[in-house]
Amino acid sequence: MADRLWRPVACYGDMVRLWIRAELSYPASFAMLVVGSMMINALDFVAIAIMFSSIDTLGGFGLREIALLYGATGVGIGVADTAIGSVERIGEFVRTGRLDQMLTKPVPLLVQVCSDRFTLRRLGRITQASVVLVWALPIVDWTPTRVLVAVVMLLSSSALFFGLFVLFSCVQFWTTDASEFANAFTYGGNTLTQYPLTVFPREVALALTFVLPIAFVNWYPCLYLLGRSDPNGLPDWLQFCSPLAAAAVITVALLVWRTGVRRYTSTGS
Amino acid sequence: MLHVAVARRAFRRYSTYRAATVAGIFTNSVFGIIYSFAYLALWRQNPDAGGYDAADAVTYVWLGQALLMTVALWGGGTTDDLAERIRNGDVAIDLYRPVGLVGWYLAGDLGRALYHFLTRGLAPTVIGIVLFDISLPPSPTAALGFLLSIPLAVTVSFALRFLVASTAFWLLDATGARILSGALALFFSGMALPLVLFPGWLGTLAEALPFSAMIQVPNDIWLGRHTGLELGSALAFQAGWALALLATCGLVLRLATRKVVVQGG
Repeated sequence: MADRLWRPVACYGDMVRLWIRAELSYPASFAMLVVGSMMINALDFVAIAIMFSSIDTLGGFGLREIALLYGATGVGIGVADTAIGSVERIGEFVRTGRLDQMLTKPVPLLVQVCSDRFTLRRLGRITQASVVLVWALPIVDWTPTRVLVAVVMLLSSSALFFGLFVLFSCVQFWTTDASEFANAFTYGGNTLTQYPLTVFPREVALALTFVLPIAFVNWYPCLYLLGRSDPNGLPDWLQFCSPLAAAAVITVALLVWRTGVRRYTSTGS
Repeated sequence: MLHVAVARRAFRRYSTYRAATVAGIFTNSVFGIIYSFAYLALWRQNPDAGGYDAADAVTYVWLGQALLMTVALWGGGTTDDLAERIRNGDVAIDLYRPVGLVGWYLAGDLGRALYHFLTRGLAPTVIGIVLFDISLPPSPTAALGFLLSIPLAVTVSFALRFLVASTAFWLLDATGARILSGALALFFSGMALPLVLFPGWLGTLAEALPFSAMIQVPNDIWLGRHTGLELGSALAFQAGWALALLATCGLVLRLATRKVVVQGG
């Protein structure tokens, strides 16, 4: 049993090491990739900071509070994207027939797809989001429970984005060239959660809580960290529900993944 | 005539990916909605931030989504093919064709841009009009000016992307340069945030750089913020950068062909 769980992880580690070696064979390009990736993300937060040269609060939240939201969602998507971002390219594997090759290999398909072309440049996002998060930390009145909630928030946020990446990439089992559809939910979810939910209409906030629980990435746990009640009047216990939301999304994602793989009948070429 | 034929075929090549187009329109619209609400919240706090009103701001968001793919802000388009052909050596074939390399790829990119303008430009704009209170150009001159500014915006973006792809002559792999320039373009074009909100020298700098010709300038023309002579100078700003950058492309290409031995050749 332990072997069954460990083997996919070991395979994943091996393949990731291979890709890192390949990536480092073009050092100049790699250096620019890392700097570029950090810059995209840094400028992304600079844009929000510049907004605050014309305003003091956005949706009732100050810049540091927004930095807290920003850092939490950024670390989440950064970890998920670094670990398994390649799952977005599943349509390409179907189109080129590489998925057929992968199916014949004695390594779980999801592990192969996720580790393909692993790239360290995605670490740029995690680094930048962590810096923003650390800058935001002093605004929280820290207690042991809040530390725990913060740690659980980062884990759940990563897990939730992990689920979103897999779930919406599965669409490509049905339409191979619609990879961009997933971006609306993964990167869209990330962009959306950079702003306080109060910016959006109440219906949107409810849908992001109960239909597609993206709000649990940072909003509810951050409300707890900031000692605020939900401006939409939802109960406070939701602030502890991020792990449940993450577990639900991952379960659905794995089920859809399995359906997609079972349905897959190769391009036949 | 040759270049028109190249452009037409590029148009047709991109139009084969229907599902990708629909998925892209959906994604542009989702981002349009997110940014619209964020900007509405900002302009509720400060109703004339940057000299825009709330309707201008929301219009700006949707125009940005419409232009994002048209000008290929992130990279992409025919310059990606070029970078790949430099990497694998096929560019040698391009170089001994009896046509200029820059013109050939520019024609292809304009064909691509027209396709993206008609699909991923128009569709999100219609969705923006339906969902939000976005404003149409205030005068026929503004509308005409906007239409003129699009090919100029594409040309500026093309020339920048061509220069980025050319780095592959020296670095072999242009991905790094591409990501780096994409980051700059996203920020300084006004895509991430309207440049009118940039404070002080940063705003002055951003408006002078060629990136602003891709998003901020066309958007301001649509919003009717450039009238009369100013409209002329906005278009001249774009055309000036387009010419200067295309000239640089020619120069870089000459340097590259003189210095570089094509791999595997």
